Amino acid sequence: MTLLDLKPGQRACIQGWTTVEPPLRLMELGLLPGTDIEFVRFAPLGDPIDIKVRGYHLSIRKTEAALIRIERP
Amino acid sequence: MAESTSRPTRKIALIGNPNVGKTTVFNLLTGMRQKVGNYPGVTVERKVGRIVGDLDIDLIDLPGSYSLSPKSLDERIAYDVLIGHLPGETAPDLAVCVVDASNLERNLYLVTQVIDVGLPVIVALNMTDAAEEAGLSIDVKALEESLGVPVIPMVASRNDGIGKLKYRMRQEELPEPAERKWELMPVVAEVIPDLEEELKSHLPEKSRFIEALQCLTSDTMLESWLTRAPRFHARVLAVRERLEERKAPYRQAEIMGRYNWLSPLVARVAIKQKDPNQQTVSDRIDAVLTHRIFGPLLFGLVLLLIFQAVFTWATPVMDGIEAGVVGLGDLVRSGMPPSMFTDLLVDGVITGVGNVVVFLPQILLLFFFLGLMEDTGYMARSAFIMDRVMHRVGLSGGSVVPMLSSFACAIPGIMAARTLANPRDRLITIMVAPLMSCSARLPVYTLFIAAFLPTGAVLGIFTFQGIAMFSMYLLGTVMAFIAAFVLRRFVFKGESSFFAMELPPYRMPRFRQIIWRMIDRSKAFVVRAGKIIFGMSVLLWVLATFPRSNTPDEMIAERATIDLQIDTRADSLQAAGMTASNALIEAQVAMNGAIRTLDARESAYQIERSVIGRMGHAIEPIMRPLGFDWKISAGIISAFAAREVIISALATLYSVGDIDDDSPLLREKLKADRYADGSPVYTPLVAVSLLVFFVLALQCMSTLAIARRETNSWKWPAVMWLYMTGLAWLFSFVIYQGGKALGLG
Repeated sequence: MTLLDLKPGQRACIQGWTTVEPPLRLMELGLLPGTDIEFVRFAPLGDPIDIKVRGYHLSIRKTEAALIRIERP
Repeated sequence: MAESTSRPTRKIALIGNPNVGKTTVFNLLTGMRQKVGNYPGVTVERKVGRIVGDLDIDLIDLPGSYSLSPKSLDERIAYDVLIGHLPGETAPDLAVCVVDASNLERNLYLVTQVIDVGLPVIVALNMTDAAEEAGLSIDVKALEESLGVPVIPMVASRNDGIGKLKYRMRQEELPEPAERKWELMPVVAEVIPDLEEELKSHLPEKSRFIEALQCLTSDTMLESWLTRAPRFHARVLAVRERLEERKAPYRQAEIMGRYNWLSPLVARVAIKQKDPNQQTVSDRIDAVLTHRIFGPLLFGLVLLLIFQAVFTWATPVMDGIEAGVVGLGDLVRSGMPPSMFTDLLVDGVITGVGNVVVFLPQILLLFFFLGLMEDTGYMARSAFIMDRVMHRVGLSGGSVVPMLSSFACAIPGIMAARTLANPRDRLITIMVAPLMSCSARLPVYTLFIAAFLPTGAVLGIFTFQGIAMFSMYLLGTVMAFIAAFVLRRFVFKGESSFFAMELPPYRMPRFRQIIWRMIDRSKAFVVRAGKIIFGMSVLLWVLATFPRSNTPDEMIAERATIDLQIDTRADSLQAAGMTASNALIEAQVAMNGAIRTLDARESAYQIERSVIGRMGHAIEPIMRPLGFDWKISAGIISAFAAREVIISALATLYSVGDIDDDSPLLREKLKADRYADGSPVYTPLVAVSLLVFFVLALQCMSTLAIARRETNSWKWPAVMWLYMTGLAWLFSFVIYQGGKALGLG
């Protein structure tokens, strides 16, 4: 299950990545395995998305969201 | 620093994530004593301010960065300055890290990296009010102890804590550099000492660890050692290979190590008193402003309102300035003997200065609104809303800010593109940014829209002219998108860009900051544009005045005839009982129309044979199909120095030789201009054709110069000029010829 499988408003915990070379920039911004993450909403035109992680809002594209493996509590 | 001073100086670097109030802190610390330049060899802005006191401090404002592992040019510079790698730039004595208290974990990530550089560090814990609002209570003492560096809580926007920070920065005793407390995963940690050993003869001990770590993960960092320390370079490559064989995630090791140490630390020092998942005010605002339907609608409305305001609110002030300039010209003319010098002073100098000043109200307003968007956090939302569109044409939401900045001026816009980590995104953004209608085009739009398009309201508050103005901006924007798409599709092929952008909480705008920045940016514009416009105004007067031609015989004869008629009439009036002088004046008044027509024809004759007239005539054959006569063509030539120059060019072209200053406003003169057959030179169709030409053509030397600097070659500015000017010609051609075919001429 990836971040994209969540519905807006749902929360989950990051488990890892669906790729062997995860984007380092996202990791530096705090998206690491074990981090809680909330899918807040889609942008008006459907892409990117607004996520909440470590207490702040971050906007990433759906292609990147699909790289993030999550598990629902 | 070049400043000579007998007092001791200390060099301090200011660093922090974007959106943490770093610039506010910098401004409060240094006041107006700021110098802006560039780092040698690169184009990143180097901003230094001086804090004067017993101990002078040179404070360097580093570009906002999330990390010191360089992913963009800005972050590379930040790291290089801190570690003292830049030529001619010694390492700072101290680093002040501005940190957002409401967002500790991500902010402290950068702090741990700065600590590892080996410098003494002070943490400026900013926005403690926002943290409180979010229900966070921060144990400053515990944070200080855990990090091993002094922490100063503050609210920079309210000027709280700045004094304390300044005091700490001045203290003679610098804080001890902190020890590194986080751990790399063992498999990576064990290879580092070997690499550090290789750097022994190149770097001081304290900064070897972070350099070795950077080189292990970053190819660009490693490359710089290829010639300096080939053994180190080879060693890193060997170590990488070994780690890859063992499937060790060494590229992620640093990030995981730091966060593994930080997460429990932050949980300990920042106690959450409210449910962190509770909706904040900012969240509720976002629910509306980034709503599926209201979001884009409001964004469009905001843009439309800005341009409407810029167009209408500035008008009374501009009219006042215009009248003042004309008045001053008249005053000078009446107080000085008529001579070529007086002409130069009035038609060249005063008109030139006036042409700079008159558009300042609009420029200030535009910068004010852009500042407002930045300061409230709405700028990031505009990128969030627009990213889908931007991405589709090959840009990213991150290009929205450089592109929106280009509405003010392409120079800061092109420079803002440096924040894009992806070089391809950056180059495309640079290439299309000049298509966004900059404030220099605004005067041209204003003049021609006000003079030639109908007035009248649509939908109550929107005027037809306001909508026409909006259309100009829309056309430029749409063309920028198309150009970006074409560039991405055919010139810069390859995979698409990466995008991760913070959406900072909404904030009440701090007007002091906004106005500060507005004045700062406008000043730069006036100085840069003002010099060129002023110089061009004088040069143009010269080009329009020389070479002098002899008045043709038939005009001399005509003038003689008029003089004779005046004399005859005066004689007959005198015979009817008037005094000689009154009779002469009466006679002259009666012939006024004839004299004025002759004067205008004489000056037209002069200008047509001047240098600028000849140049205009030379390109008229190319410009005729667009509906432009030789005067417009001459104006366009002079506008290549800077777009707004066409105003002063036309003003000079139309006022030279105009003794009787009957119609001071340029727009009235333009309206009155006629071809030899009596048809008007400027029809609304010609005005539209000219407007479109100005939307699309690259008529700005400064833009070409900055593009040359940013891309480090003449190739891209050349391509830029050719494609934009080509587009301009094509569009104006289609519009003018199409309009004529439809009977709109």
